[in-house]
Amino acid sequence: MKLSQLTIHEASDLLTKGDISSVELTTDVFSRIDQIEDQVKAYITQNREPALQQAEAADQARRDGEVAPLCGIPLAIKDVICTKGLTTTAGSRILENFTPPYDATVMEKLQAQGAVCLGKVSMDEFAMGSGNENCAFGTPKNPWSLDHICGGSSGGSAAAVAADECLASLGSDTGGSIRQPASHCGVVGIKPTYGRVSRFGLLAFASSLDQIGPLSKDVTDAALLLNGICGHDPRDSTSAAQKSEDYLAALQDGLSGLTVGIPQEYFGPGLNSEVETAVRHGIDLLVEAGATIKEVSLPHTEYGVAAYYIIAPAEASSNLARYDGVRYGHRNSDADSLIDLYRRSRSEGFGDEVKRRILIGTYALSSGYYDAYYKKASQVRTLIVNDYTEAFSQCDVLASPVSPIPAWKIGEKASDPLSVYLSDLLTIPANLAGIPGMSVPCGFSSTGLPIGLQLQAGHFQEATLIKTAYNLEQRLEITNKKPALG
Amino acid sequence: MEFEIVIGLEIHAQMKTKSKIFCNCTTEFGRPPNSNTCPVCLAMPGVLPVLNKQVVEFGIRLGLATNSQITRTNQFARKNYFYPDLPKGYQISQFDLPICEHGHVDIEVDGTSSRIGLTRIHMEEDAGKLVHDDSAPKSYVDLNRAGTPLLEIVSEPDIRSPEQAVAYLRKLHAIVTYLNICDGNMQEGSFRCDANISLRPMGQEELGTRTELKNMNSFRNVQRGLEYEVRRQRDILLDGGAVVQQTLLWDPDKNQTNAMRGKEEAHDYRYFPDPDLVPVVIDDEWIARVEESLPELPEQRCQRFQDKIGLSADAATILTSERALADYFEGAMAVYPNAKKLANWIMTEVMREMKGKEGMSIATFPVSPKDLGGLLAIMDKGTISGKIAKTVFEEMIASGKDSETIVKEKNLVQVSDEGEILQMVQEIIAANPDQVGQFKEGKTKLMGFFVGQLMKASKGKANPKMANQLFGKELKK
Ligand SMILES: [Zn+2]
Repeated sequence: MKLSQLTIHEASDLLTKGDISSVELTTDVFSRIDQIEDQVKAYITQNREPALQQAEAADQARRDGEVAPLCGIPLAIKDVICTKGLTTTAGSRILENFTPPYDATVMEKLQAQGAVCLGKVSMDEFAMGSGNENCAFGTPKNPWSLDHICGGSSGGSAAAVAADECLASLGSDTGGSIRQPASHCGVVGIKPTYGRVSRFGLLAFASSLDQIGPLSKDVTDAALLLNGICGHDPRDSTSAAQKSEDYLAALQDGLSGLTVGIPQEYFGPGLNSEVETAVRHGIDLLVEAGATIKEVSLPHTEYGVAAYYIIAPAEASSNLARYDGVRYGHRNSDADSLIDLYRRSRSEGFGDEVKRRILIGTYALSSGYYDAYYKKASQVRTLIVNDYTEAFSQCDVLASPVSPIPAWKIGEKASDPLSVYLSDLLTIPANLAGIPGMSVPCGFSSTGLPIGLQLQAGHFQEATLIKTAYNLEQRLEITNKKPALG
Repeated sequence: MEFEIVIGLEIHAQMKTKSKIFCNCTTEFGRPPNSNTCPVCLAMPGVLPVLNKQVVEFGIRLGLATNSQITRTNQFARKNYFYPDLPKGYQISQFDLPICEHGHVDIEVDGTSSRIGLTRIHMEEDAGKLVHDDSAPKSYVDLNRAGTPLLEIVSEPDIRSPEQAVAYLRKLHAIVTYLNICDGNMQEGSFRCDANISLRPMGQEELGTRTELKNMNSFRNVQRGLEYEVRRQRDILLDGGAVVQQTLLWDPDKNQTNAMRGKEEAHDYRYFPDPDLVPVVIDDEWIARVEESLPELPEQRCQRFQDKIGLSADAATILTSERALADYFEGAMAVYPNAKKLANWIMTEVMREMKGKEGMSIATFPVSPKDLGGLLAIMDKGTISGKIAKTVFEEMIASGKDSETIVKEKNLVQVSDEGEILQMVQEIIAANPDQVGQFKEGKTKLMGFFVGQLMKASKGKANPKMANQLFGKELKK
């Protein structure tokens, strides 16, 4: 077995035993990248020299004494998370040459634990998209089928994990951007509770929805990585003061006493039958593990997409105003007035989808429309929160599909953004309510595309998600299947 | 036709916090451009604001001092517009839930008091500054001020004359400086105001078209700017014309208002709650704590100066009109407890010195309160005469030295030695036989002449009381 194929916990064991070094591990991952990156195109920026230095430092730290489980573990970071001294583009021309002079809080945490940063992975521009087709620097491919999308917006994060181009990665999730690519690439992904992980240093798309989370090869790794990045941060006012728990403790066998809710609205028309079959099979395995099943209802699910496509663009229209060409980022050099500078710099710097959402958001916040759009959407949000409160009074965790369809062909939906928006139907509600959600592999389509099962739980119930997902993973016969690449 | 003037003021008071409202950068004035900045106030990608709670505390203080209702759940909102002095492309402000509402202050003009309502007071961040070099032509952005905390105080349109506007402004200025939440410096822009002005025919309910007047950076400019604008609007209306709603800049050099170009067109600010900041909840306990620590306010101090110190109502009002002045008075009183004499000296000599001098204020007055007290004390002791005291005072202003040093250096100690003065008296009598004759014939007014001669001879140092006595005695001989 190649080192790049290891999970975090396997590598950590070997590192602890002294069987391998982080330098060896990191070097092996880079040779894997050399081998297949041309096909996958997961990375925007590779961090070769510094990564090897970090690996050396990690090996030294390990020789010197006790280290954190993530010490010496090579990780890929979504290019929307600020990395000091390393280009951070958010997949956009407007930040093509932007190098932050500071680290995101999650990066500080990972560095303090000795993790190795392999580089920055691809994403839809400013995290706006569901197929990673909106990246200014190319579209990464699904490692299971190179002419299919890997999902989005954290497409590079999911593809890199699936293709063994890293041991695990960080993504961000605003409306499904971790869970959906995880599902399409057959990896594990967690969107934590809003406030569980600091947003400081995460380039904002929609501030009230964004959350950083792990993508990994198995559930144990997701727990390990979540342990490494969560916790209160005084630099993020929306960060939760609540203490975080040790999510590794949630990896217990057996689900007796656990009630799994099946939200009927998530199995409605439009659900691909192969997806439904795989998800229902996954639910059967949860029952095998001792869980009880209960049908529940989340009646306002169908309004989630509409509310989301008001709130997220509204916040984005304001969040992206800072990219004006005045202080940093792309700046048109021929502009002959201030307004001209703004117009040209932003026209050239932003891609179509970003422009589309800025326009929608600006419109929704405009005087005379605010009440009809933004305010109404906020009210829908409250109804969705209430739906969950009601559901979680009857069950501990919800099980459903992540995406109603498997990955589509690259370019297939280029002229139909609305159908792409609608494919986020099942992941958006968790962001609107701020609850944690998770995607865990549960099977494949007849054409060999991965299918994920979504778990959702109440605020700060990540441990419940991890325990449930772990039991599914233990009983699934596909865990060791790898995409045929290279 | 008679018109009624309707004015409302918007005051921006910069808060005297050590650091900015959403980051740790210092608020210090006068540093090199862009040195008081960090990723947060430069609006770098991915950074987040964290509220400086002191600003909320200051807002509560001002609310309590202006009889306002304090909002319990405060929400920050984004005011969106593009301008290079606004790095985020939005200003973090408050919209539908400002920290204070429904307040009022009482003012007095020519003995008539009136109550001016305060619609709202809200917390927000200041923008940076643009520096234009027209010769290049280039514009530079200085973001030192970006993120400095402000309280915006919005009055009801209750003001009926430029005089009332100035009285209201002075009142708020006194309040914020007494509360120690703002340094009140209008030149540096830490206390600034915009005015909305309209006229309507006397007795008409409906408001006329208003204009907004900006750039009035002193009380005097507010008065002059408003007077000018009232005149301008009245002339238009009397001519049968219509006032155009617009923003005007006061030009103190040309003594006129000019329409502002560019930035201030009809804006849709697209306010919405800032998702990066959680609501700030103010509970009873917090309000009680602030109330307990509230410093003495102008009205209370004025009353105390009358009741406890024994000043007249007029003197107390003048001396408490500015916190710095009242502090000066009390600082000098610690050295020189004769309150009435001290008050008089400050209201005449000190204020005369400050009058008409650009940039001179009590805060920057070169004679410290302790030194002024010292001067009056040696005058009372008889070390120097009242006349010499004024010379010494001028010297103190010029040199910054204290009175005793100056008296010593310039040898100004009053001569109270009887023998020494007697000798001079006799010399003067001997030197002026004509005047002595006339005096003896009953022209007693000439006493002034003799004392004057003596003062001249002694360079003003002779004790005048003693000189009078001795001339009286000698001229009878
Ligand atoms: Zn700053």
